[in-house]
Amino acid sequence: MNSHESITAPLSARRRTWNGAVRALLYAAAALICALLVFLIGYILYRGVPNLSWQFLSSEESVINDIEGILPSILNTLYVIVATLIFILPLGVGSAIYLTEYATNKKLVSVIEFATETLSGMPSIIFALVGMMVFCQAVGLGTSLLAGAFSLVMMTLPTIIRTTQESLKTVPQSYREGSLALGSGKWHMIRTVVLPSSIDGIVTGCILSIGRIVGESAVLMFTAGMGMRMAFGGDTVAKFLDNFFGAAGSTLTVSLYVYAKERADFDHAFAVAVVLLAIALVINLAAKLAGKKLKKN
Amino acid sequence: MNEYATVKGEIGAVKARSEKQGSAGRAAERAPAERIDSRRGVKDVMETVMKAVFVVCGLVAVGFVLIISIYLIISGLPAIREVGLWNFLAGTNWDPANKSGNAEFGILPMIFTSIYGTCGAILIGVPIGFLMAVFLSKVADRRAAAVIREVVDLLAGIPSVVYGLVGMMVLLPLIREGFDLPAGDTLFAAIIVLAIMILPSIISVSETALNAVPREYEEASLALGATELETYFRVSAPAAKSGIAAAVVLGVGRAIGEAMAILMVAGNVANMPSLLSSVKFLTTAIAGEMGYAGDLHRQALFSIGLVLFLFIMLINAALNLFLKHNKEGS
Repeated sequence: MNSHESITAPLSARRRTWNGAVRALLYAAAALICALLVFLIGYILYRGVPNLSWQFLSSEESVINDIEGILPSILNTLYVIVATLIFILPLGVGSAIYLTEYATNKKLVSVIEFATETLSGMPSIIFALVGMMVFCQAVGLGTSLLAGAFSLVMMTLPTIIRTTQESLKTVPQSYREGSLALGSGKWHMIRTVVLPSSIDGIVTGCILSIGRIVGESAVLMFTAGMGMRMAFGGDTVAKFLDNFFGAAGSTLTVSLYVYAKERADFDHAFAVAVVLLAIALVINLAAKLAGKKLKKN
Repeated sequence: MNEYATVKGEIGAVKARSEKQGSAGRAAERAPAERIDSRRGVKDVMETVMKAVFVVCGLVAVGFVLIISIYLIISGLPAIREVGLWNFLAGTNWDPANKSGNAEFGILPMIFTSIYGTCGAILIGVPIGFLMAVFLSKVADRRAAAVIREVVDLLAGIPSVVYGLVGMMVLLPLIREGFDLPAGDTLFAAIIVLAIMILPSIISVSETALNAVPREYEEASLALGATELETYFRVSAPAAKSGIAAAVVLGVGRAIGEAMAILMVAGNVANMPSLLSSVKFLTTAIAGEMGYAGDLHRQALFSIGLVLFLFIMLINAALNLFLKHNKEGS
């Protein structure tokens, strides 16, 4: 590091002090952040793991039997993830395809890109307000997981568009030219050549979106409700379907909020936090793996 | 397979056309060619339809932004009109649920709280995050940097309510006892939580900017006798300044928009902000009160949403400016 000092003149006292001070600051900042990371994760595990049990994960809460359980929240979270992805995938991928493959009108492209950037910078509380007004009230879905999923579609659209666009750009131009030269049409080329080569980017986008969906709380609190009872099920098929599409309830993050803020039941709140931490870890690893594969190609 | 069929079809069509002028007795050859022709027609229709579908997908984002703007304006304006723009923006009392008819709708305390909170988070988060970025990008050994980066990424993936929970359990008691207050729910607690929450994005955006500085700049500086640290701070950092500015603006956007975590630690009383008093942010007013608000109160919350929206649009415009500048610079 300081090898050059031997061949140049020794540093002046002022420069030496400056260098020493800055070096100390650098290491202090790094140590502070590392300590913070270790403390945060350690504290969540320390408070949460003792309260985590298979019963807590696999049962519905019941006051009569004195059981605490977050199975409904887990199912609600899965429901919202799947419902959001079903809408977001075609929309986001289609939008990215338009931007990279079809768009010739520069003005339109810049308008769309501006809109995407605006959406990605919008705070979630705005999506919560608008989701509540549009999907719960104007569209008439009421407070339901489906309305929550639609609101999350607005929120996660930019993520899918961006990652898909990035991977579409890595598909070599010669693939496209080869396909077109063989006489295929544009859509045919996209379906058979471009999309299969960019599947990794789309997967990465999905994983990142799932991360945002799992971590989101404000939007779902406003649009999907805060009930912690099981929303699915029913005796007849009609009732089951009715429950299925009209289901309302809290996801994991909202349950954590309810435990912590409304019931002051911190032990269970930390148990939910451990579950969320584990999900965040899995999502990070999956995104890394997909990203690595993307780079290899 | 299909590609072959198309190519063959075209060759067949050309052949058929050239033979059309020839003998009429070879009509048998024409028939299959026409069949393939009509299939091409279907394909052309398919191409046009798919193109239209993609255009529509592309416009969905624009549609969402329009929906958001229109709904916020429509539902945000009535309360502002009722209360009066000046009373709404510059009023210092927020007492929307007053039963005796003296409800007041002044959001100045919240505007100031949001600005103070954001500035505080930036003042704490940016220097530490920037130093960390320099450390990761230039100083740390590669393997250690990779591990730390993973953990910082994990930090970015932790839901905001978890930060709120840890803040509630760790920070609030510390502040309560440290400053001898009746309760630890203060602006100070919110600032600390926000500073921690914006760290990951500040670190990763500034690190990317620092990594993009051309190696030659640093080599030239080292060759002129500057020490490595002097090079990083006086050459690399200025060269990466627009990227770092983008990181700051991104942090501002994050901090001003965060609701749930600070809802859990800020105390939620609409005081004029001071470091050790319980405060209410623009976002926490909406998140905390929407559940029970009625009539004008509810409309006023939508108006707060509109104000927040305008703030965010300003910040986005600033961010775009920096990013564009960044692109042109490199």
